[in-house]
Amino acid sequence: MLDDLLDFVPKIPISEGTKWFTDWLTSTFAFLFDPIKEHFGNFMNFTSDTLVSIPPVIIIIIVALIAFFISGKKFGLAAFSIVGLWLVYNQGFWDHLIDTLTLVILASVLSVIIGVPFGILMSKSRIAEAIISPILDFMQTMPAFVYLIPAVAFFGIGMVPGVFASLIFATPPTVRFTNLGIRQVSNELVEASEAFGSTGAQKLFKVELPMAKATIMAGINQTVMLALSMVVIASMIGAPGLGREVLSSLQRAQVGSGFVAGLGIVILAIIIDRITQNMNKRKKAS
Amino acid sequence: MPVIEAKNLSKVFGRNIKQTLKLVDEGLTKEEILKETGNTVGVNRASFSVNAGEIFVIMGLSGSGKSTLVRLINRLIEPTEGNIIIDGEDLAKMDKASLRNVRRKKISMVFQNFALFPHRSILENAEFGLEIQNVPKEERSEKAKEALKAVGLGEYMNQSPGQLSGGMQQRVGLARALANDPEILLMDEAFSALDPLIRKEMQDELIDLQSSMQKTILFITHDLDEALRLGDRIALMKDGAIVQIGTPEEILVNPANDYVEKFVEDVDRSKILTAQHIMKRPETVNMEKHGPRVALERMREEGLSGIYVVDNKRNLKGYVTADDALEARKKEISNLEEILTNNIPKVDKDTAMNDIFNIIHDSPMPVAVIDDGKLIGIIVRGAVIAALSGDGEVNLTNA
Repeated sequence: MLDDLLDFVPKIPISEGTKWFTDWLTSTFAFLFDPIKEHFGNFMNFTSDTLVSIPPVIIIIIVALIAFFISGKKFGLAAFSIVGLWLVYNQGFWDHLIDTLTLVILASVLSVIIGVPFGILMSKSRIAEAIISPILDFMQTMPAFVYLIPAVAFFGIGMVPGVFASLIFATPPTVRFTNLGIRQVSNELVEASEAFGSTGAQKLFKVELPMAKATIMAGINQTVMLALSMVVIASMIGAPGLGREVLSSLQRAQVGSGFVAGLGIVILAIIIDRITQNMNKRKKAS
Repeated sequence: MPVIEAKNLSKVFGRNIKQTLKLVDEGLTKEEILKETGNTVGVNRASFSVNAGEIFVIMGLSGSGKSTLVRLINRLIEPTEGNIIIDGEDLAKMDKASLRNVRRKKISMVFQNFALFPHRSILENAEFGLEIQNVPKEERSEKAKEALKAVGLGEYMNQSPGQLSGGMQQRVGLARALANDPEILLMDEAFSALDPLIRKEMQDELIDLQSSMQKTILFITHDLDEALRLGDRIALMKDGAIVQIGTPEEILVNPANDYVEKFVEDVDRSKILTAQHIMKRPETVNMEKHGPRVALERMREEGLSGIYVVDNKRNLKGYVTADDALEARKKEISNLEEILTNNIPKVDKDTAMNDIFNIIHDSPMPVAVIDDGKLIGIIVRGAVIAALSGDGEVNLTNA
């Protein structure tokens, strides 16, 4: 009797609908997805091939130099970079590291390129904020594995769907922090720029974005970290890199090599995190 | 001819504004309207006009709508109703591009908390208004430098705002506003965030600057003393409405209603001002070092008929008149002690002006102001009268 009450409406075909929608997207936008898959895939391969062809010593030195100067000429981070990267090389994971790095950097750059304008839009319009905010919640709370399915449908397997899935997962912090940063700019400063006759664009580029820079950089740091955390998950759909090593170790229950590959990710994460954080600090100080 | 003319300016915050406006027109008070509609009346049919070269002060307590009113003038806040006529054009009806142009060329604003851009150097801050107008780099930095020099900050151009004190930051704010060479300056509680000493200094400086640049200034303040010092005319606001407009004198002498009277009562100057507010630095001679010749020389330099005598520790010892000093010099007396007058008018530094008035009235010499036996200042008759009338060099910052 009571069950009938709940069964009043037959099962709503959400799953069928989603499948239908994804199929429709795939076939309708094949003209868009296929070239992206091909050209972007080529570009990524080219990037990682180029990086791999550079002798590791040189990359290690460059990273150490960046770390040294960006941390205000302190040796800590530089020393850590040298030892850490050497360790990865020593364990024979150098090429995987480069693949992972390529994936993380491209996914982050795309996230920023897409995220910052959306953040600006959100800060300028209450309606945009009301629409985008729940979408961001959705993007962040939906288990990341779920994105792999349409990613494969659109882009097949390999690096490109990996970047796509990372993009969805990693973009929200940049959008949110950009919005927050701009909204936090003191009202008097906004008034000042308006009182002198700024156009909307002048206000944005001369006052709001520079003032929000530190907050936006904190968001970008989060984005980069999230992109890195997608590396292992993306390896399930064939994205190369350290994640794939972790995954295959898991499948074969090889605790040793799994630990080493995981360690490689940790080292990369620490270096990237400290470097982006220091970029933020430098901006604040100047 | 007025430069700014505000006619029936109103601002209502909230929903269903039309109905609220009707109540405003019916003459209901801010409180009654809030009760009836839940809407806040920020500014209630304010009308006034400001003449060229005038400092027009709008004063009221917090919540009286003065900051809203000043923002209606350059439409940082959109007026709900009314007209803002500047140079014959109605700002309230202007499209965005023309409004922007007026803001760029004619009106500049100075803010209570300075509103300097922390990511820009002092020079870049001062350049801001010109940069917005796409003035070429060299021309704008030249103009900005001139403005910075005018406010006495020529040497700080490359520092960042955070490195400067509050007073200096507001000078930058002023320079930024002046660099555009606007007709009109809107100053929203421009000196309220500064400590009293600096505030008075800035007031003096504004008066100085104004005498050479002759801008039309709309100055917002909650401080009656500031209003009296700066204003050519003062408008008093209460609950969003202007209750009286007049010269400082008119407002002090003829308060329009109880509200104004209560306000003005607080500045019964003879009660609040004490000796230290109106004293000036004394000319003295030190009896342990100087003789009649030095005393005479000082008197001649300063054009005095007598001078106060102190010891090494600035303790007041007495008074020497020019006649006595001349006599002493003839007789070749080298010590001041013999010709000192001890019968001198003295007051403590905290003596109210009312009491000083009686003492100074029948004294041939300036009144000495004493703090713990030491001479810290003198009061001449003119200073008392000037302070009572409200436009003298009243030095509240001595307190």
